[in-house]
Amino acid sequence: MKLTGAEIFVESLIKEKVEIMFGIPGGVLLPTFDVLYGAPIKFILTRHEQGAAHMADGYARATGKVGVCIATSGPGATNLTTGLATANMDSVPVVAFTGQVATHLVGNDAFQEADTTGVTRSITKYNYLVKDVKELACTIKEAFHIARTGRPGPVLIDFPVDVQRASCEFVYHKEVEIRSYKPKYEGHPQQIKKAIDLIKQSERAVIYAGGGVIISGASGELREMAKTTQIPVTLTLMGMGAFPQDSELFLGMLGMHGTYFANHAIQNSDLIIAIGARFDDRITARLDAFAPQAKIIHIDIDPTSISKNVKVDIPIVGDAKNVMREMNKLLNKLGSKNIEKRKKWQKRISQWKKDNPLTYKKDDKLRPQYVVEKIYEVTKGKAIITTEVGQNQMWAQQFYKYNYPRHFITSGGLGTMGYGFPAAIGAKLGKPEKIVFDIAGDGSIQMNIQEMATAVNNKVGVKIAILNNGYLGMVRQWQQLFYKKRYSATDLTANPDFVKIAEAYGALGIRVSEKGEVEGALKKAISVDGPVILDFLVEREENVFPMVPAGARLDEVIRGLA
Amino acid sequence: MRHTISILVENKPGVLARISSLFSARGFNIDSLAVGETEQHDVSRMTIIVKGDEKILEQVMKQLNKLIDIIKVNDFVEQPHLERDLVLIKVNAGKGKRSEVLEIVDIFRAKIVDVASNSVIVEMTGDEEKILALVNMLKPFGIKEMVRTGIVAMGRG
Repeated sequence: MKLTGAEIFVESLIKEKVEIMFGIPGGVLLPTFDVLYGAPIKFILTRHEQGAAHMADGYARATGKVGVCIATSGPGATNLTTGLATANMDSVPVVAFTGQVATHLVGNDAFQEADTTGVTRSITKYNYLVKDVKELACTIKEAFHIARTGRPGPVLIDFPVDVQRASCEFVYHKEVEIRSYKPKYEGHPQQIKKAIDLIKQSERAVIYAGGGVIISGASGELREMAKTTQIPVTLTLMGMGAFPQDSELFLGMLGMHGTYFANHAIQNSDLIIAIGARFDDRITARLDAFAPQAKIIHIDIDPTSISKNVKVDIPIVGDAKNVMREMNKLLNKLGSKNIEKRKKWQKRISQWKKDNPLTYKKDDKLRPQYVVEKIYEVTKGKAIITTEVGQNQMWAQQFYKYNYPRHFITSGGLGTMGYGFPAAIGAKLGKPEKIVFDIAGDGSIQMNIQEMATAVNNKVGVKIAILNNGYLGMVRQWQQLFYKKRYSATDLTANPDFVKIAEAYGALGIRVSEKGEVEGALKKAISVDGPVILDFLVEREENVFPMVPAGARLDEVIRGLA
Repeated sequence: MRHTISILVENKPGVLARISSLFSARGFNIDSLAVGETEQHDVSRMTIIVKGDEKILEQVMKQLNKLIDIIKVNDFVEQPHLERDLVLIKVNAGKGKRSEVLEIVDIFRAKIVDVASNSVIVEMTGDEEKILALVNMLKPFGIKEMVRTGIVAMGRG
């Protein structure tokens, strides 16, 4: 039977088991939206295309499925770009569709035309312009395959309006074969053996794990590896939740705002086992002084991540889960002698932990860290937390304990302000049984506040906790520490009334200015079905510590006042 | 160090842009680039000549391998191979100078492919060195225009 391009689009999504998609229609998408009307795919109309992309991303991170978004040509497509770049940096499987002007007008400066594939080339894993309806089904199949396999990432399909109207036979293939794209999932046995030898020889080893562990579903393997070897674990921002934070072996996050003990452990280690992490500049600090005595084993599915910044001794290209499973088989045979010799190292780390804990000033004032701790307590550590970017993001990482993967959702690589709220909506729609909190700053939340209409309209009960300090706080902190307190363009005292904003959208708004009110307000917010804004008026000049200043060595930590 | 990188790619739109942006994003200038179909019509061969920092180039090679449209990447450095480039040179050759130009053309086993009253067009294929040598010999006569196809390379044996 012949189907139109628009029908093929919807049928293909059904074949890919897409349950939900996010987006906004437009002129060149009319044929497609006509078919979507009544289709068995839930459509979430957002208020900005950036919101749609972040929702698809948040949905994907919370569920592990592919997130799908759609936008019209020209401005619709360019509005998606920040969301695509965010997903690209953090390896999130998203398939984005953009409408395009009719093929005969492409390149003609037509109304609402942009060179979408050109614009998005460097911020997607791959992209397509479909010029023939006969290629459409196959392209969609490939797009989903590319998005979810290997190192995942966003794939964009540019979909001209005449292709939506044209028709052909619909065939959806079961398998996809791309000769030039064959991700490697199994680690090389010889490399694995060499890695085990290094682990055997080491006395001061550290496991440094990142988002790759979560993507590959390897938290169990990571736990087993740490347990059998008694090697301590530090996680990156993207890795939060991959290892239980209440474990004795947990060191917290490393890097610029990492714990004192994680950074010192790394700097004094004789072996780093890097798993699904990429040694980016926020992790290594001064590159030429990074972990000077350490040999490095690096497990990653993406060969370009290996030896990009830090020279690696034993690279293992493969999927984190497969590689760790193989390693664990061998590590299990090493026996107790191998554990014994790490005792001294553990003692040293315990001392660092005791002397330099992660803390803040505990007084009567309403401090942002306290709010985050209370959110942890009230949700019993079981909520999905999304964040905006800046101080709120770091406090959300430091003072909530993440014990499960896919429960901490944050823009790590690109650092996109305005990410957390739409990502929370996407996460909640993917995991409706979960309590979902967006820990926000008063600056970031205003970058996608319009999605409150989407949340109210679709009854998505996400809770926004604004740590409101009336500043672009992280920039202000740097200005305070390194620019003589010249607060250039960081004061936000002209903020709107966030409680009234919530109310104007038909949501609940709660203002909290006293420490004693925090718990009650949080409980009230959770008891309400719909979305809630909690406006916490926190200490204005609270800083994120510990901190490694730009250009310093990883263990040159500013510990702060507390 | 100079590298001759040979890349087998899917013959479709956007591939060249993906590849060239990998180089430009890391501050590499492409000295020479040649693209053409191979014995398979849906596969093209690109030959790229670049110079630059070895560590960054290693990263570029990995990134090239990762690109979805790229089937195979090979760096010919330290491998026996042939390189050829085709050059057309429009050189001044008025009365009195023409025989001298023709003599040089002969020595290089190049060809005259066009003659006008004051100039000739010389065609030659060869490797980089040979082309530079010819250019140097013709310079004193006055080169009016020069165009090259870009270097192509093939492994020996």
